[in-house]
Amino acid sequence: MATATATHEEHHDHGPAKGLMRWVTTTNHKDIGTLYLLFALLMFMIGGAMAMVIRLELFQPGLQFVDPGFFNQMTTVHALVMIFGGVMPAFVGLANWMLPIMIGGPDMALPRMNNWSFWILPFAFAMLLSTFFMDGGAPAGGWTIYPPLVLQGGNGFPFMIFAIHMMGISSVMGAINVIVTILNMRAPGMTLMKMPLFVWTWFITAYLLIAVMPVLAGAVTMLLTDRFFDTSFFNAAGGGDPVLFQHIFWFFGHPEVYILILPAFGIVSAIIPTFARKPLFGYSSMVYATSSIAFLSFIVWAHHMFTVGLPLEGELFFMYATMLIAVPTGVKVFNWISTMWKGSMTFETPMLFSIGFVIMFTIGGFSGLMLAIAPADFQYHDTYFVVAHFHYVLVTGAVYSIMAAAYYWLPKWTGNMYNETMGKWHFWLSTISVNVLFFPQHFLGLAGMPRRIPDYSVQFAEFNMWSSLGGFAFGLSQVFFCYIVYKTIQGGEKATDQVWEGADGLEWELSSPPPYHSFTTPPKIK
Amino acid sequence: MDKLKQFFARSSILAGISGVAHAEYGLNLPVGVTETSQAVYGLHMQILWVCIIIACVVFGAMIWSMVFHRKSQGAVAEQFHESMAAELVWTVVPFIILIVMAVPATKVLVDMHDVSEPDMSIKVTGYQWKWRYEYINEDIDFFSSLDAASNEARQVGSDIDPATVEHYLLNVDRPLVIPVGKKIRFLLTASDVIHSWWVPDFGWKKDAIPGFINEAWVKVDKPGVYRGQCAELCGRDHGFMPIVVEVKSTEDYAAWVQSQKSSAELTNSAVVETLPPQELKQQGKKVYQANCAACHQQKGEGVPGVFPAITASAVVTGEISKHIDLVMNGKPGTAMAAFKGQLSDLELAAVITYQRNSLGNKVGDAVQPTEIAALR
Amino acid sequence: MSTDNTYYVPHSAKWPIVGSIGMTLLLGGFAGQLNGSSMADNIMLVGLLVTIYMLFGWFGDVIEESESGAYNKAEDASFRIGMVWFIFSEVMFFAAFFGALYYIRVFSVPWLGGADSGAATHEFLWNSYEAIWPTNGPEAIGGEYQKMSAWGLPSINTLILLTSGVTVTVAHWGLVANKRKQLIWALAATVALGFIFVVLQAVEYGHGYHDLNLTMGSGVYGSTFYMLTGFHGFHVTVGAIMLAVVLVRSIKGHFTAEHHFAFEAAAWYWHFVDVVWLGLFIFVYWL
Repeated sequence: MATATATHEEHHDHGPAKGLMRWVTTTNHKDIGTLYLLFALLMFMIGGAMAMVIRLELFQPGLQFVDPGFFNQMTTVHALVMIFGGVMPAFVGLANWMLPIMIGGPDMALPRMNNWSFWILPFAFAMLLSTFFMDGGAPAGGWTIYPPLVLQGGNGFPFMIFAIHMMGISSVMGAINVIVTILNMRAPGMTLMKMPLFVWTWFITAYLLIAVMPVLAGAVTMLLTDRFFDTSFFNAAGGGDPVLFQHIFWFFGHPEVYILILPAFGIVSAIIPTFARKPLFGYSSMVYATSSIAFLSFIVWAHHMFTVGLPLEGELFFMYATMLIAVPTGVKVFNWISTMWKGSMTFETPMLFSIGFVIMFTIGGFSGLMLAIAPADFQYHDTYFVVAHFHYVLVTGAVYSIMAAAYYWLPKWTGNMYNETMGKWHFWLSTISVNVLFFPQHFLGLAGMPRRIPDYSVQFAEFNMWSSLGGFAFGLSQVFFCYIVYKTIQGGEKATDQVWEGADGLEWELSSPPPYHSFTTPPKIK
Repeated sequence: MDKLKQFFARSSILAGISGVAHAEYGLNLPVGVTETSQAVYGLHMQILWVCIIIACVVFGAMIWSMVFHRKSQGAVAEQFHESMAAELVWTVVPFIILIVMAVPATKVLVDMHDVSEPDMSIKVTGYQWKWRYEYINEDIDFFSSLDAASNEARQVGSDIDPATVEHYLLNVDRPLVIPVGKKIRFLLTASDVIHSWWVPDFGWKKDAIPGFINEAWVKVDKPGVYRGQCAELCGRDHGFMPIVVEVKSTEDYAAWVQSQKSSAELTNSAVVETLPPQELKQQGKKVYQANCAACHQQKGEGVPGVFPAITASAVVTGEISKHIDLVMNGKPGTAMAAFKGQLSDLELAAVITYQRNSLGNKVGDAVQPTEIAALR
Repeated sequence: MSTDNTYYVPHSAKWPIVGSIGMTLLLGGFAGQLNGSSMADNIMLVGLLVTIYMLFGWFGDVIEESESGAYNKAEDASFRIGMVWFIFSEVMFFAAFFGALYYIRVFSVPWLGGADSGAATHEFLWNSYEAIWPTNGPEAIGGEYQKMSAWGLPSINTLILLTSGVTVTVAHWGLVANKRKQLIWALAATVALGFIFVVLQAVEYGHGYHDLNLTMGSGVYGSTFYMLTGFHGFHVTVGAIMLAVVLVRSIKGHFTAEHHFAFEAAAWYWHFVDVVWLGLFIFVYWL
């Protein structure tokens, strides 16, 4: 591959343009990264507010605050906002900021398309959220949008479908940009096996995105035609099958799960070595493990559907394949621990969040392994046990890694150190509350509480109350996080270029904050 | 503000009684009352212990390292970063553990799929939001929905404390009744959207898919009452369609079947007399609350955009034949079900009369059960 | 303007935001129209116009930059890699519909007819249904219809597309060998064949709707038939427009033997729709 070596600008002397238009028309990867990250933070707050409504209604048995129909809208849109508006844009934002720097390139390979990838999102989410104000309200069939239920939706239904289409277009363009950047923009000497693991995991994530987002687009298109154009894809009377949708959806959905977690692996693999002051253990096995997870993610989708009545052979195949995923995932955890082993560790906020990630993501991994056992899954499926499982991997997994990344790179991005005391408070408040929030949900599920219900039998009252209290505390802790970020952007102790004593990588060779155009001449690769 | 006060007052009471009621609180999967459920429980405990043991080792190593390999303790970082042997070990060992776990899981799974040679079969159909049970080759066929006490208490702002309702949300008007010690095959399907039939004590749940039949079986060892819920999001009242199964001894079951047959003859015998509109309206109110209010709302105002209002509805206040047709045959492609298979002539006549002369409507006419019978 | 070792980063870009607005109006208008709103048609039309304006503007800028020599090997490589992955995403989009067709033919329809694990489904729900492809399902949704034969228009269309694959390659040879006449004539033939294909496809749909009672509402057969061929037809249209733009540019004297990414991108895309058609011809029309 040809490698690009320096930027060329139409107007060499100009820095960023001034005012709002700078952000609307920018082609700079740092600007776009910032936009993505702020957008993700906003969506995180909106989705979080919905979670608060959910936990408020579930605080005690009986219906106190919302109608069951509205409750279903809350759970549905909470998930869509958090997944497509929170976690994914946050990771894309991190990729935008860090990938070109980490590989020693001048910018993302396709800067104009980069801008469009971002600027579709606010419109897509405005469209999705506008459904709350339409007849029939927002989609309420669950984020998995299973037919026939989702087809009963009100006027919001086609808007949701098109919003998903737009998010898909944005993701695919973003992913193409990542792949092209990694393949084409590396500095001379930056071979593939020298790339930081965050670059590697994003490379594989981008591949997954391009492979599955169009499949989701196809699936929702069939929903649209089933509702408005008389087709029968998911209607048995016409020869179709509602379960067909679930197969297509989860063919997208399972790789999507790894889209939400692989970049997190990359972040943690960057942070743990820094604060252990020791190189990452088993770099190449990490790359191979990530690739195996990506491969396996395409052949395990039906474990989300063990109870739909698959033939026995199908159930066995998907059970075995799913259990296999534990192997490469285990390799990663073991490698992180070996990286910490005999290091010289300090525990700044990014490290705390990374260690929190490893422990709590692993707890989510264990419940995942339990869910893989099909006969046991017949009990766990669609209960709060599953809710606990995926919140452990997504909140204390994906979101924790994003927090870790934010604290790790904020000094680099802004040139200011965040307040370490506040950061530690944020970590401990979050970690205690998030466990009060989600750990009891394991017990609720095992004791028989189905998910997606607005009201429950009194035997579930105590744990639900604990869970809600944890939820409110976790919500407040994140408002505190916003404050910390705001303060850091405003000012604070100046960060050095190196920022962290044990940090290694090209981003630490640039000034803090880095110049508007980094690596106008390619760096030397060791 | 009052609402909030009440809310907190009640929650403190709950916190108070929680200590007393602790015995009831499940922390773990129920062992259940079938061989299958016990096998599933065994698998669950096995994998749980495997996870706990691995967790102890992994987290133990981590904590050890965090305590002793910290800079403040004067630890100096070593620079090793690769070991083929270690990678091999932690690839191969988990793989072997997985195989060990897969073997019993496979056995249980194969056994659960074996629906052959049942003693009897029951077709279970999910509706929004109730269950229908049809005993194959027996003349028993009925609907089972949330009991009236729970239904009253669960309305938004009902001010009824759920703790005062027995088996709140886990009770039905007519439970499913099955005999003990018999292999019973369930044929699960749905009429509108996907539901999922789940009684934790039986050890499985299975989706009820419209247009397809899923099969599953139970053989219950112990008479008793077992409770469960719909486990697949099925719309607004997904949380309010419980399942109650009464498992009876062979004799009790036989007696129950007899009683069902005689009562079935009663309900199936056509209502021939003409009923006064007032009586129809009264009966219709009950039918409306049980079958229509979930969507069209208690006062008939509906939910804009999804569930049309009954009050001042063009259909309800218009020609009566169109109204009857809509209620009996439903509206394909929407949540409006065809009620002719769900309600008796009397119930249909009553609810239609009720809708036309109540809930803010004053059409003034009535329909008799005989007229409904003629349309079947 | 640029030297060999600089990567072109445009200073700012106004077209993306225009594109976002256009896309939102277009899709939002469409959604409103599906809901039966009267305003929606106009919103959709405005959205379409804005989108077309964006496409002209954006591609116009890129073409201008390309012709002024702003792009070198590195940029060219970016475009190529990007295009390849874009086509891969399109492959996966079609995979969803082919997957649906496969599942319906191999699983759901036989199960409804009582095969394998569908025995109980057939016995208790669809007792009289016989699973024979093509089918509009146990309730014969959409009423009686006739199958679309593979050997009339579809086989002519196959020939047309295969021929167009050859002509576009001939055009490429012409471009590389600097034979501009060959380039232009072969490319013009390709564009013409592409549009003839689309017209014939429209004729075929008319035949289906009017003579065969085969509509999108004809159960799963109608659904899969129109969904797969419809999206393919849409992609052929897009590909033909791309080739038409390349043709106009060729006539204007754009492209050199070494520097002609746009041509190749359009040609790759064209081969892709060609291959999809072969899949359609075999699995939708023939088998």
